Amino acid sequence: MNEVTPEVVQAHQLTPDEYQRIIAILGREPNLTELGIFSVMWSEHCSYKSSRLHLKKLPTKGPRVVCGPGENAGILDIGDGWCIAFKIESHNHPSFIEPFQGAATGVGGILRDIFTMGARPIAVMDALRFGPLDDAQCGARNQRIVSGVVEGIAHYGNCFGVPTVGGECVFEPSYNGNPLVNVFALGVFKRDQIFYGQATGAGNPVIYVGAKTGRDGIHGASMASAEFTEESKQKRPNVQVGDPFMEKLLMEACIEAMATGAVSGIQDMGAAGLTCSTCEMGSRGGTGIEIDLALVPQRETGMTPYEIMLSESQERMLLVAYKGREQEVLNVFKKWGLDAVIIGRVNDDGMMRVRNHGTVVAEIPSRQLADEAPLYNRPYTKPLREVPVEAPAFASKNLKADLLKLAASGDLCDKRWIWEQYDYMVRTNTVSGPGLDAAIVRVKGTETSIAMALDGNGRQTYLDPRLSSKLLVAECCRNLACVGAEPIGTTNNLNFGNPERPEIMAQLVESIEGIAEACEFFEAPITGGNVSLYNETLGEPIFPSPVLGIVGLMKTTLPPGIAYRAAERDIVLIGGVGTANNVEMGGTQYAKQVTGQLWGLPPRIDLEFEKRVQAATREIVIAGLAETAHDISQGGLAWALAEGTFANGVGAAIQLDSELGPEVLLFHEGPSRVIVSTANLAKVQAICDRHNVPALAIGKTGSDRLTIANRGQSLIDVRVSEIREIWSTALASALHAETHA
Amino acid sequence: MRFGVVVFPGSNCDHDAWYATSRNLGHDAEYLWHSDTDLKGSDCVILPGGFSYGDYLRCGAIAKFSPIMSAVKRFAAEGGLVFGICNGFQILTECGLLPGVLVRNRGLRFICKEVRLTAATRNSPFTNAIPAGAELRIPIAHGEGCYTADERTLDELEAEDRVAFRYVENPNGSLRDIAGVLNAGRNVLGMMPHPERATEPLVGSTDGLAVFRSLIAACSVAK
Repeated sequence: MNEVTPEVVQAHQLTPDEYQRIIAILGREPNLTELGIFSVMWSEHCSYKSSRLHLKKLPTKGPRVVCGPGENAGILDIGDGWCIAFKIESHNHPSFIEPFQGAATGVGGILRDIFTMGARPIAVMDALRFGPLDDAQCGARNQRIVSGVVEGIAHYGNCFGVPTVGGECVFEPSYNGNPLVNVFALGVFKRDQIFYGQATGAGNPVIYVGAKTGRDGIHGASMASAEFTEESKQKRPNVQVGDPFMEKLLMEACIEAMATGAVSGIQDMGAAGLTCSTCEMGSRGGTGIEIDLALVPQRETGMTPYEIMLSESQERMLLVAYKGREQEVLNVFKKWGLDAVIIGRVNDDGMMRVRNHGTVVAEIPSRQLADEAPLYNRPYTKPLREVPVEAPAFASKNLKADLLKLAASGDLCDKRWIWEQYDYMVRTNTVSGPGLDAAIVRVKGTETSIAMALDGNGRQTYLDPRLSSKLLVAECCRNLACVGAEPIGTTNNLNFGNPERPEIMAQLVESIEGIAEACEFFEAPITGGNVSLYNETLGEPIFPSPVLGIVGLMKTTLPPGIAYRAAERDIVLIGGVGTANNVEMGGTQYAKQVTGQLWGLPPRIDLEFEKRVQAATREIVIAGLAETAHDISQGGLAWALAEGTFANGVGAAIQLDSELGPEVLLFHEGPSRVIVSTANLAKVQAICDRHNVPALAIGKTGSDRLTIANRGQSLIDVRVSEIREIWSTALASALHAETHA
Repeated sequence: MRFGVVVFPGSNCDHDAWYATSRNLGHDAEYLWHSDTDLKGSDCVILPGGFSYGDYLRCGAIAKFSPIMSAVKRFAAEGGLVFGICNGFQILTECGLLPGVLVRNRGLRFICKEVRLTAATRNSPFTNAIPAGAELRIPIAHGEGCYTADERTLDELEAEDRVAFRYVENPNGSLRDIAGVLNAGRNVLGMMPHPERATEPLVGSTDGLAVFRSLIAACSVAK
């Protein structure tokens, strides 16, 4: 066994204080295997040591919450005996190093989190952030990363058989050296089919199932230690390789094994592999798990206990069966052609005890390892921002040209090139797929559908993390309202830079507090999520990038959609034109694409008013009065109107009456606004009146043009076919890819 | 009518085929496990979409050796109705029940979208109930759907009226726009588009119903 020196401790990214804590827990010095185990469990990724203190501020309770944060995924009760499990996870760093496998295994990891609880995954969504495709220095690399990430997501999800029903994709220079790949997954199951990741009942057998363990994914920092290279002559790749077919078998077998009633607890092996699953299951069950590594199926010979415990080989699970019924479990896995081996048992002394051929190689109290990781109250000051509040002078020479610029931009252009590579229909539940405000999947066997909205806005968050985070929550909920769904729960992925920098820590803290306030207000409690820190390259942090996934409930029915369907319908602006000033234009797509600058503050939001707008919208949609419903967000009013014309080629003629200047009126991104088209104007207005929100009839659908005028002055006049052509071809041409096969 | 839906370990449209035939069409549907050889009295065996055995080698290359496929081949030889959708079509070409082969899409990317199809013949148990000249809106979802065969085979297929479906706008480079073909006995069909995904308004289209209704009509005549 190698000696544990201060250098080795440092190479494991443990501080001297943390090392003393380990000694206090063990009552002795750890050996190298134990040190490795502590290092992964106490890493930022597994322990949330910088964020935990603040995550406690998030609202996690609600009438539908069956299981909040801390398990593999959150669970909500959707009625009639049915539940959903859902969560979002990031795979940012691996996707930069190896885009295809990094993204693919990101999908694999979150799917396991869902089916380990007993739920069958029925939907995936992705939030992607890349550097610009035309970046002078990184453009070619960014194009490769986009292609690889999309192909990786498609490969894994399509083969596994889960539909990728939506998502979003944004391009910013701050992601040049650090793309973000956040994957959201949702599954359904009956309330009496829930399984937890806990080990109970001393003597119960512990069963390893799935892929064999290899040397892939062992922590890079640990590999760098001199002592360690004695045993491992070369640096191993740190990115794991995914096998979606294996994952599909694993899911089917796990769900079938659970149905036998012989399974007591189950957990996937994700980050920190066998280490994490054994100690967390023991900790949650108030027990310990002891295993013998000699029994673990291995892909390579000569693996050390250290390597086996820290391997992040994919598609593996650990489960605890009831004593005497293990054969039933083993039979199911045999049917699916999977390895399933009893590698140990549950004990009652609370120790995670790891043997190798009978010799104890690690012995650590589970609870202290899993739950008593260091907790840091990292100092925070004011959020990092190095742009002015004051607005520069800006004025459009040609508003039509500006609108076309938005259409051609990576952020707003048609993302069909991406989502057509995803099977978004498999399992025939997709009521509303990619490219709309919210995705919808129905739950077979019920009258209920689940609507999902995924959103993030790094630019606005950089300007004011607290306000922008509230705006994000509001926007997700508004997206849900546009399809007639009521928000019921939230998962969040907090992507930030280095938390040891007080101004970055401040971004994180303020963002969490903003999310907390708004989720509480909209009654959409947080049931779980992920924190991804240290998203920096060469000291340059990404824009603070919280991504929210909010789920809502609705009765199964076709939603209105966003594309105008017929001529001579009234277009109604619910919530009014809004108020905004030049300072609040600084984080808009107009500022980004037209002026090329960033300044100012996010738009203000009145949460009470927002809630009323949403309530009115939801009522109108549910009553079937809206032929289309679309919220106004990035790109502002003009862009939301343009989007309504694309799919069916039905134009619109709009006459506004506002004091706002044309740039602000057309392109500001103030919240609390929804556009509906309707054949029942009076009824729509009556509902809005009742909710005390303005409902302005601003024009009519029809013709093949989009025209927008204010107080008689023409602002925009464009053929639908012209803007649609730019919008639909922008991404493929930026990727130098063929649009069609 | 009784449909049998084969379940390979990597099938992932098995449930969709089962749901379409049993729930949306109201007929019997049974799953048939790949390592069994019992077709459970099926009137029509469906080979569903998915990735039969992972398909890392070549789509359907391993599936052709599975026990259930030997039973399916016997069933087909006796005139039984065999319907391969997507991966099922790939398997049928691999095991020689249908001519040709499905190679990677010409654009080299997986494509999921609704396409328009025409039935190139109504003279088959799979297409008899499709209105003449009708365009069907049915989704595709595949990475290897480019139908390829030598010229002679293609000429033969056309001469014998065995091209069942054609794409209106070819999405994947398939030769002669072929989306589905029949065997010589006209009791085996393979097609890349997914009619089972187009059997209720809620998920976008009901045009796939015509294919299943053709089968149901053919089966009731046979009985």
